[in-house]
Amino acid sequence: MMTIRQHQSGPQQTAKSASLAVTNAVFIGRSLRLSLRNPEALIMAILLPILLMLMFTYVFGGAIDPSGQYVHYVVPGIILLCAGFGSSSTAVDVTQDMTNGIIDRFRTMPISSVCVITGHVVASLARNLLATFLVIGVALLVGFRPTASLWEWLAALGVIVLFILTFTWLFAAIGLVTGSPAAAGSYGFALLFLPYLSSAFVPVSTMPGWLQGVASRQPITPVIETIRGLLTGTPIHNQAWWAVGWCAAILLVALVWSWAAFRRRAGRR
Amino acid sequence: MSNLAIEAKNVRKRFGAHDVLQGVDLAVPEGSIYALLGPNGAGKTTLIHILSTLVEPDEGMVRICGHELAAASMVKRSISLTGQFAAVDEVLTARENLTMAGRLCGLTRAEARARAEELLARFDLESAADKRVRTYSGGMRRRLDLAISLVTPRPVLFLDEPTTGLDTMSRRTLWDLIRSLKRQGVTVFLTTQYLEEADQLADTIAVLDGGRIVATGTASELKTRLGDEVLELRDGRGSLIRTLSTDGSLQDIRQQLNELAASVPPDTRIAIRKPSLDDVFVALTAQEKERRSS
Repeated sequence: MMTIRQHQSGPQQTAKSASLAVTNAVFIGRSLRLSLRNPEALIMAILLPILLMLMFTYVFGGAIDPSGQYVHYVVPGIILLCAGFGSSSTAVDVTQDMTNGIIDRFRTMPISSVCVITGHVVASLARNLLATFLVIGVALLVGFRPTASLWEWLAALGVIVLFILTFTWLFAAIGLVTGSPAAAGSYGFALLFLPYLSSAFVPVSTMPGWLQGVASRQPITPVIETIRGLLTGTPIHNQAWWAVGWCAAILLVALVWSWAAFRRRAGRR
Repeated sequence: MSNLAIEAKNVRKRFGAHDVLQGVDLAVPEGSIYALLGPNGAGKTTLIHILSTLVEPDEGMVRICGHELAAASMVKRSISLTGQFAAVDEVLTARENLTMAGRLCGLTRAEARARAEELLARFDLESAADKRVRTYSGGMRRRLDLAISLVTPRPVLFLDEPTTGLDTMSRRTLWDLIRSLKRQGVTVFLTTQYLEEADQLADTIAVLDGGRIVATGTASELKTRLGDEVLELRDGRGSLIRTLSTDGSLQDIRQQLNELAASVPPDTRIAIRKPSLDDVFVALTAQEKERRSS
């Protein structure tokens, strides 16, 4: 028969609780584990950008740039496409947690339950960085020859991390306001389109006039121009400020939105 | 005052136009099992969510182990909730679920592992401990869910429909577990749709209907309101004509049937059964309506 460890019950009885650092570590560990146990999604998130890059380099590349140098142009775009795609699964992970009852368990524990979202965000960052490294590795194999110094590499990495965090938090917020994992999944699609309407694959100047306005004013273009400039030495001008500004602004909105949505959502059921 | 584990006064909650709770009072003594009985939509889950800090009441006072809800972190240290949907991580194993909960409750890694081991053994989950919870049966999930709630001892345990959807064996196992908790001094507050469950487990039963507690008492007190048996009268096609309460004695049944004989058709069929939850509700809500209209 079952016996539970003896304890004194009474109003003075209180349990210990985990520190914020431990809570975050536990939720990050959980999310990383969830990622590893969904190998199909993980492989898709890594394989898709690599396939896209190979396709753009070998299939379209010849038509876009007959000199065979297209791989130098397209790598930054592929990295961002990959980050946008990879972070969209955060919306699904978050919605799943918010709809299956486990959030109630976390919310009745004496911990900061919003850390469950932080866990998903950090896991997304880890997944996306892994995919980014693989993309860069494959790019080097197929002839990408960056000119960046160590500092430029680090700066590019910083911009990529900021971009991944921005989009992951945005998807976390989307996950918090959508009702079902399936619905959350479909939002990823919309944001997947943004890189195509930027300077990711072709220079903005080759687009029709009205589209140039859209493409040069949307947040992805400065991020791509910054990364491209850092890695391959093309002129950056003020694009770096625009890139950081856009990301910081969207990140701030996503954070506030997530926080409000978490509080509202969690208390509703 | 100090021996009440849960105390609630005039708790009200409204969602949009829907008055879910219309002034609920509760007093649950420490170390007892308290069953909140009610049909779907009566407000049971809302009430348990309010008591366990998930939902804020619009009005009213709640005290858990002497702490008001405003002191949420103190309340959370005193309670554990096992929700209606087994709140377990399906992708993780039982051992990982338990260890994670232990870490979140402030145990060290080693303590959390040891505690998980202990609970796996006591809840008969050892053989499946390293399988993903997704592969578990309903009964195993509930046992794991309850085990997670007990990772660190809490004086008050909330169980929202702990046995809904379980087979008889799993239900009985869970009942045994709940009883053993009570023996260790844990206060258990559970909701259920099953009269039998409340009957088997609870020291006190409260019937929640239409956002109000319409009756409180022990199982036997509630049942005597209905009589010991129910007579069911059905016509030739099997549709219910009416039900009557009886003490089950030949004398009472004969007398009631004699009075009826003239008013029902001769091919009426009669069945005798124990009062069901439906009967309790029909009777209690009828009384409640009468009380309100008078």
